[in-house]
Amino acid sequence: MAKVNMQSNILGANELLARKNRSAFKESRVLAVNLMSSPGSGKTTILERTIEKLGDKLNLGVIEGDLYTDQDARRIEKKGVRVVQINTEGTCHLDAGMVGKAYETLSAAQLDLIFIENVGNLVCPAEFDLGEDFRAVVMSTAEGNDKVLKYPLIFREARVVLVNKIDLLDYTDFSLDKFKDDLKQVNPSALTFMVSARTGMGIDQWSEFLLREVRNKAV
Amino acid sequence: MHELSIIQSVVDTVRESARSHGFIRVNKVKLVVGKLTMALPDSLQFAFEALAVDEMFKDAALEIEEKELCCLCTCCQSRFQVNDDYNFICPQCGQGQVDVITGRELYIDYFEGDEG
Repeated sequence: MAKVNMQSNILGANELLARKNRSAFKESRVLAVNLMSSPGSGKTTILERTIEKLGDKLNLGVIEGDLYTDQDARRIEKKGVRVVQINTEGTCHLDAGMVGKAYETLSAAQLDLIFIENVGNLVCPAEFDLGEDFRAVVMSTAEGNDKVLKYPLIFREARVVLVNKIDLLDYTDFSLDKFKDDLKQVNPSALTFMVSARTGMGIDQWSEFLLREVRNKAV
Repeated sequence: MHELSIIQSVVDTVRESARSHGFIRVNKVKLVVGKLTMALPDSLQFAFEALAVDEMFKDAALEIEEKELCCLCTCCQSRFQVNDDYNFICPQCGQGQVDVITGRELYIDYFEGDEG
């Protein structure tokens, strides 16, 4: 019997491709945001509202990740921005290779900001660096309070947490105080935005934040 | 869910390395998995049984070493372990700017097998 020491990072191949994406984004001075959440929390609707706010100020692009169908891409396309659909055909997350390939078809467009809408899932996408500038996690009041501590990795590594469906707060058992306490212990430096994609509440603040980040990156 | 793609990558990497070392069989693969990764040991074992089925891996066992989640406070430099409550606040000074030292591991440590 013989033994071979490897110390080989299992996600090493992905990390290599993520670094490649990161330098491509840097070179074209495009801000890349990896948008993650569980299914049904409102990622696509938030994107629609954000595009309405920023569409005339910035050149926007969207990479849409879904298991199957191009329903979300069709919705985004109606807003008049460039969109590429990735169908993962059953894979529960986007990886850096898929994003790199999708970006090839967008890179000629001189974009300022690119949203990568990940597959709806709070577990697997957290492990895969896509080369993004930062990660934004959406959670909605209707999902309940347990998400932050149940899925600590995704919240730990997020720069921004958007609490969506804030207009429904009074109709749920969701406690904002509990949410803030939980997030403070998992990721005290995360920025939070309370939004309602349905009423538009909080979308201004989120959009202004994005605008500042785009300008910072362009400098 | 992503345990399947993790194990597929492990099996491919080990097979390639085993061949290049002249192995005809792999008997054991050892992984190190940090507690902050979302890879569940049971699911990894299940995926290994499902995917490591060819001649090279016929009787191979998967061993998983779990690494505790430990942090270093950037303020007071104390080290502490984070338990299942996922409280990353430093118990010494109450500050939240901490670095994860262990708990994010996800790597193949080694494999054992028979040379041809």
